[in-house]
Amino acid sequence: MYNDKVMETFRNPKNVGEIENADGVGTVGNASCGDIMQISLKIENDVIVDAKFKTFGCAAAIATSSTATEMIKGMTVEEALKVTNKQVIETLGGLPSQKIHCSVLAEEAIKKAIEDYHAKKNA
Amino acid sequence: MVKTPIYFDHAATTPVCEESAKAMLNYLTGTFGNPNSQHEFGRQAMKAVDEARDGIAKIINCKPSELYFTSGGTESDNWALRGVAHAFKNKGKHIIISPIEHAAMLATAKALEKEGFKVSFMKVDGEGFVDLEHLKSIVDKDTIFVGCMLANNEVGTIEPIKEIAQIAHSVGAVCFTDAVQAAGVLKIDVKDLGVDLMSMSSHKIYGPKGVGALYIRNGLRIESIITGGHQERTKRGGTTNVAGIVGFYEAFRIADRDLEKNAIYVSALRDRFIERALNEIPYIKLNGPKDGSKRLPANADFSFDYIEGESILFSLDLAGIAVSSGSACSSGSLEPSHVLLSLGLPEALAHGSIRFSFGKHNTLEEIDYAVDELKSAVSRLREMSPLFKLEEGEIKNV
Repeated sequence: MYNDKVMETFRNPKNVGEIENADGVGTVGNASCGDIMQISLKIENDVIVDAKFKTFGCAAAIATSSTATEMIKGMTVEEALKVTNKQVIETLGGLPSQKIHCSVLAEEAIKKAIEDYHAKKNA
Repeated sequence: MVKTPIYFDHAATTPVCEESAKAMLNYLTGTFGNPNSQHEFGRQAMKAVDEARDGIAKIINCKPSELYFTSGGTESDNWALRGVAHAFKNKGKHIIISPIEHAAMLATAKALEKEGFKVSFMKVDGEGFVDLEHLKSIVDKDTIFVGCMLANNEVGTIEPIKEIAQIAHSVGAVCFTDAVQAAGVLKIDVKDLGVDLMSMSSHKIYGPKGVGALYIRNGLRIESIITGGHQERTKRGGTTNVAGIVGFYEAFRIADRDLEKNAIYVSALRDRFIERALNEIPYIKLNGPKDGSKRLPANADFSFDYIEGESILFSLDLAGIAVSSGSACSSGSLEPSHVLLSLGLPEALAHGSIRFSFGKHNTLEEIDYAVDELKSAVSRLREMSPLFKLEEGEIKNV
């Protein structure tokens, strides 16, 4: 069901963990649905200098978390907001149809983390 | 070093044993006739089917005329439920099944509901045992069918079928049991159990896939669901699967012959696995009966806090260990296990379950390797989980 790239990313995910004193944190999903994704960002001058994730979920959820955090590192927050779940899927070389929602969670977690960053900045 | 891959998914299916494969081969190439043909080719094939029917009937203590070959457990379940419901629809409309049945039963019951039947569910306790007092309180004169698995495929609970049959018969209802996981694993005497119908499958007991049987007590009214020719005493159409039936019987014969030996061996593997897992992995729960004598000898099912089942499955898969998350039949669905929810587990824990089902070819070395790999997979996934935080060695529930 999963392609080799998804399995390899699941086996060796990048950016696992939590950034201390993060500039933005986004958590989406819930345990009863079987997926929770938390992305934390370190942002300097509106550029994402570091991104980490913690995920409760299936292999696809872990792989998309790794890929999504990897994609947005080095992007400006404006650029990161434009990252779509489709791009995450493409980078992974495809996901089974019943796992598309994992990539949606990744997109949402990024958006929520950036929202949190803006909220903190404006506070 | 232990050899991988290791197969711990025998409740999903088993490899065909040598004896069964050998027995089948002759009926694929040599004695290939259609048992319904009148000539010598047909008669030879019919002889093999008769022998298989006689042999299996003897093992489960029924008459050969009470045994019908089918394409497997799902067809047998469908036939039992739909066939009885349709035959008894003028007597009553009430169907009672357990909430932890196989999808073959649940989906058929749902379809019958649309036809106007009323479906009620028995209650099960935290280990999966049917609450007999509750069942007594819901059977009524309108009840035509009471059905429960002999042993559950996911958590291994062995149900009190004899008592369930007595309750069903007290209101004149037909009693069915799905023995797909039990036949060839536990000693079964259908007359002693007192059931009217029983499903069996070949591929769970080292026989080929695509063949099974339904025991139908002589004299029981039942409608056919597969109509066609005169096969199976006109009750089930379709060219007889001679090689499959021969292979099924041979596998069943071997399983019955070695039943005690296998049960002792496999339950020792199971007990070792359960003991080590519970001792060495924190925040883990054994699902199903704690009493090993009331649980399928091959079954160990666990829920893990803070992590999800599928990611454990693939972590073990990467380590060369084949297991299933929930039951194999439900994988690919995003819903948590209906069995675990019925046992009262919260949704998050029901998502985090893994079933290990052992077989006669597994070894203690494989068990120890798998527990070690499970330990490291669980701790790796917990490190990734936002629900799990170790603070000064203490877990903080976030």
